[in-house]
Amino acid sequence: MKLRLPFAPLVALRFLREGRMQTLLILAGTAGGVAVIVFLTQLITQLQAQIVDRVLGSQAHVVIRPLEETNLRAIDDAAFATLIEPRAQRLRSIDQWENVARLAADMPGITAVSPMATGPAFALRGQASKSVALMGVDTTLYRRIVRMDEYMLAGRFAVEGPRAVIGTELAKDLGIGLEDKLRVMLPNGRDELLQVGGIFDIGNKDLNRRWVFVTLPLAQSLLDLPGGVSSLDLTVADIFEAQAIADRLKGATGLTVDSWMQTNAQLLAALRNQTVSNNLIRSFVVIIVALGIASVLVVSVVQKQKEIGILRAMGASRAMILQVFLIQGSLVGAVGSVIGSLLAFGLLQTFSAIYRNADGTPLFSAQLEPRFIVMAALVATSVGLASALIPARRAARMDPVQAIRS
Amino acid sequence: MSAAVIELTGLTKTYNIGTPVETEVLHGLDLSLMEGEFAALIGPSGSGKSTLLNIIGLLERPTGGQLSFAGRNTATLPEAEITQLRGRSIGFVFQFHHLLPAFSALENVMMPAIIANGAPSDALEATALQLLDAVGLKAHAHKKPGELSGGQQQRVAIARALALRPRLILADEPTGNLDTRTADDIFALLREFNRDSHCACLIVTHDPRLAARCDRVIRLVDGNIADDLPTA
Ligand SMILES: Nc1ncnc2c1ncn2[C@@H]1O[C@H](COP(=O)(O)OP(=O)(O)OP(=O)(O)O)[C@@H](O)[C@H]1O
Ligand SMILES: [Mg+2]
Repeated sequence: MKLRLPFAPLVALRFLREGRMQTLLILAGTAGGVAVIVFLTQLITQLQAQIVDRVLGSQAHVVIRPLEETNLRAIDDAAFATLIEPRAQRLRSIDQWENVARLAADMPGITAVSPMATGPAFALRGQASKSVALMGVDTTLYRRIVRMDEYMLAGRFAVEGPRAVIGTELAKDLGIGLEDKLRVMLPNGRDELLQVGGIFDIGNKDLNRRWVFVTLPLAQSLLDLPGGVSSLDLTVADIFEAQAIADRLKGATGLTVDSWMQTNAQLLAALRNQTVSNNLIRSFVVIIVALGIASVLVVSVVQKQKEIGILRAMGASRAMILQVFLIQGSLVGAVGSVIGSLLAFGLLQTFSAIYRNADGTPLFSAQLEPRFIVMAALVATSVGLASALIPARRAARMDPVQAIRS
Repeated sequence: MSAAVIELTGLTKTYNIGTPVETEVLHGLDLSLMEGEFAALIGPSGSGKSTLLNIIGLLERPTGGQLSFAGRNTATLPEAEITQLRGRSIGFVFQFHHLLPAFSALENVMMPAIIANGAPSDALEATALQLLDAVGLKAHAHKKPGELSGGQQQRVAIARALALRPRLILADEPTGNLDTRTADDIFALLREFNRDSHCACLIVTHDPRLAARCDRVIRLVDGNIADDLPTA
């Protein structure tokens, strides 16, 4: 069976094949444009996802805290300083936190809730004394807020009785290892002897030095918060919905609710700027590719004037001629996007082999998501079609007699 | 001779209307061509032969007067129908063959049918091959026009003009750039098809020898029909 193309695609393909050099040139231009767009988009999407992932690797998406005593903060007068200081130290619990936790857990978009009792303490070992943050958690719940298991260097992320999980920097500073003992002392004078059950490296030296995980009840009793918690950590399904969910929770509870988007506003602004500049680059490339396709097709219409006249004399309608050139534009776009995607894949391979993190792992993965290829194909084909519009209309309007007479 | 294929009454054509170079090229022609008629159109250069042929071929619209094709007044037909009528009922042969260089001889012959049917088919290909065989070019069916001689190209063009068995064949100096022997061959081909299919033919020629071999000779001078006589 021979492949029998209908009139318009048949003639479009033949015209493209006939104008070999021109066709190769616009294909190259289109493929280059598509490659740049796909490569940039894939790269920036990946890098942004990595940055967000790194930031969220050590913090909750949303945190609920007791209402801040704003009057204490608002007064910035030296005369009141002595009056304020002792009260600012006091830890407060979230009122009826179990109800708040239940409300949060039932709210759509929230996937995990973990209560925490936290406060400042000193970790002591021999002569060494380090300021730390005592974090009383239910490790099963907290795992779903921060993926602690992935960060464990030794032991497990589990606490019970006096067992604690500390960071690798603190362990080094105090000169202790797994199963060693350390004492924590609190500003209220209470103290406790802990045993190291696990050591983590969360990728942030400051946190490695400060975080000391203990059981929730132990932290509650040490911090004078019987049955209370100082914060509720939440995980949400869509990280960019975090602020909206935080606002909803704030409305429902009247408590202080912060999302990672607020605490990392600068980072988000930077990411947004990056997206805007990426969009600008993409728009310019699209315009240049469109102009390239259009100008080559305009030239082709002039060159094919005689053929168009012949086809019209043989009964081809204006609409048929229009189709012939629109198909040429879309074909160039479609084929260009396939070649361009392959090029982008090659670029990603090359650059991921060249650019590496300090630890030798690739800065980004060489994989190309199918959705970007589909997007590129759709965009390029529509751009091809759109750029062919003006040349195609010129071709359709051409006077067949003029073409045949000359 | 039975029905008229085309009928012109008071047909005029003016170019560049409304400009200082406005010129009336055809000045009110009355003419009809019957089924099966084989007529020559002669006249000096610039007398309006090509213009008249293009108007009869529905490639150009007249400025005034009336043009009927198979009894239908073409002035009232919409563009789409004119295009269809042109494709299915009229076959053109031009002086410089005007084949599509990107397509093989066979595809060129199939093209009118591809346009009329929307797509090629095995049946169309078989018909086109028969036509190429009839003009003696079966062996060259898959060559591109550029690989054929001038006479062969013109044979392909004739095969193409006949592809849809049109009721009217219009040929504008079909032998104009061919040597005498080849010109005779081409002329004979047209004549043969005219006899077989009973279509009307109007052939522009500068060659009095060939004109004499037609049924009728129409002479155009300065946009007027000077005489219109049957040959002896
Ligand atoms: N598009 C046009 N605009 C203006 N004038 C035109 C146009 N087409 C043809 N003419 C003029 O109309 C007249 C008739 O031209 P036409 O081509 O019909 O002559 P012809 O008899 O076919 O001549 P030839 O034997 O040289 O082919 C000429 O004077 C020509 O200059
Ligand atoms: Mg002429």
